[in-house]
Amino acid sequence: MIPAVYRIERRIEEMPGTFTLSLLPGAREEVVSLRPGQFNMLYAFGAGEVPISSSGTADTPGLVHTIRAQGAVTRALERLREGDTLGLRGPFGNGWPVARLAGRELLVIAGGLGLAPLRPIIYAQLQGSMNVHSVRLFYGARRPAEVLYRSELEQWGRALEVVATVDHADVNWPGRVGVITAPLSTAQLDPQHTVAFICGPEIMMRFCVQLLMGKGISPANIYLSMERNMKCATGHCGHCQWGPNFICRDGPVFRYSDIRGWWQIPAL
Amino acid sequence: MEDIEELLRQHTFFRDIADAHLRTIGGCGVEVQYRPGEYIARENMPADYFFLIRRGCVAVEIQLPNSGPLCLQTLHEGDIFGWSWLFPPYQWTFDARAVDSVQAIQLDGRCLRGKCEAEPELGYELMKRFARIMTERLQATRLQLLDIYGERPGPAEGSS
Repeated sequence: MIPAVYRIERRIEEMPGTFTLSLLPGAREEVVSLRPGQFNMLYAFGAGEVPISSSGTADTPGLVHTIRAQGAVTRALERLREGDTLGLRGPFGNGWPVARLAGRELLVIAGGLGLAPLRPIIYAQLQGSMNVHSVRLFYGARRPAEVLYRSELEQWGRALEVVATVDHADVNWPGRVGVITAPLSTAQLDPQHTVAFICGPEIMMRFCVQLLMGKGISPANIYLSMERNMKCATGHCGHCQWGPNFICRDGPVFRYSDIRGWWQIPAL
Repeated sequence: MEDIEELLRQHTFFRDIADAHLRTIGGCGVEVQYRPGEYIARENMPADYFFLIRRGCVAVEIQLPNSGPLCLQTLHEGDIFGWSWLFPPYQWTFDARAVDSVQAIQLDGRCLRGKCEAEPELGYELMKRFARIMTERLQATRLQLLDIYGERPGPAEGSS
């Protein structure tokens, strides 16, 4: 698993400390494509590797990754500019179970940077490539300045139901204020035909799972994208072992009914 | 104007409530409308009513000395607000401001308090429903306090 060399074609500063890189393979590299929910290991030379989910679409050339600078490796990636190169291994992981959505109502529930791994799902719906009855997006962020893909959210709102809320805002913010569970709790759902994809901070996902189950949605129809310390990304090193699974190999997307036995065990 | 009882029946807060209770509660309700910017409730003023939002957005705010209002949360179609009418001293603890054009059902808390005292079964039914709303708001407040989107070292980079 030798990293391929990719060049940064485009760099977008989403907000301070959060940026999106569009990557193109070097001339001698194979073109990699990711399914929604899969991830690549991005290698900042001399600093190390980090797992980053795809946040682009399979139809456009190159790879798109949105990254928050919060550790040594991601800070090194943050310093890279257009034209710079980085190493890339992938794709890894299973991705969102799009094939199981036929005729279903899909709830996409994202918190903070958790919108990035779900953006390919939104793109797929907008491009008409998903065989679903409907898609609704519920998105929560800390404050207005930290709303990810803000201009895109407005565009998406013209094509599908988008409910965005922030935890804190001043009175000049025209949108919703409150946590993500508030609009979810009043949403009208058909529990027999609803499937939920959730990605965000683990505490947020716990509250959302509880709320969805309270509304009658089966644990088998709730999917979560998990995050743990991944190193090899091939299920060998054991860093991301979670219960009987390796998140890099068996996840990062899990069905709640499959993982609920160890979901609440704090030491895992 | 639609029949209040029918409007209440459509609202999730009163889902599956007995017809007799709905008739009693409906007798204490009227339809109301507020213009954008209009205050529906003011902190420390008598809390004689509670509201079921049918359309529009309501901001729950508190006035901060020397810095103006702070929005704590917004409420929307299907939400209910106001439980200060249930407990002494029956005063609002926050401001409630219509962000846009708001249509709501206003229910008279004084009227309902009397009816709940006279009909404990109705009182218990209403209390159960308000307790659920309060629990949801408490959970939401806890989640808000946790600041879950705040920056923390991710496990993916814990040692990087």
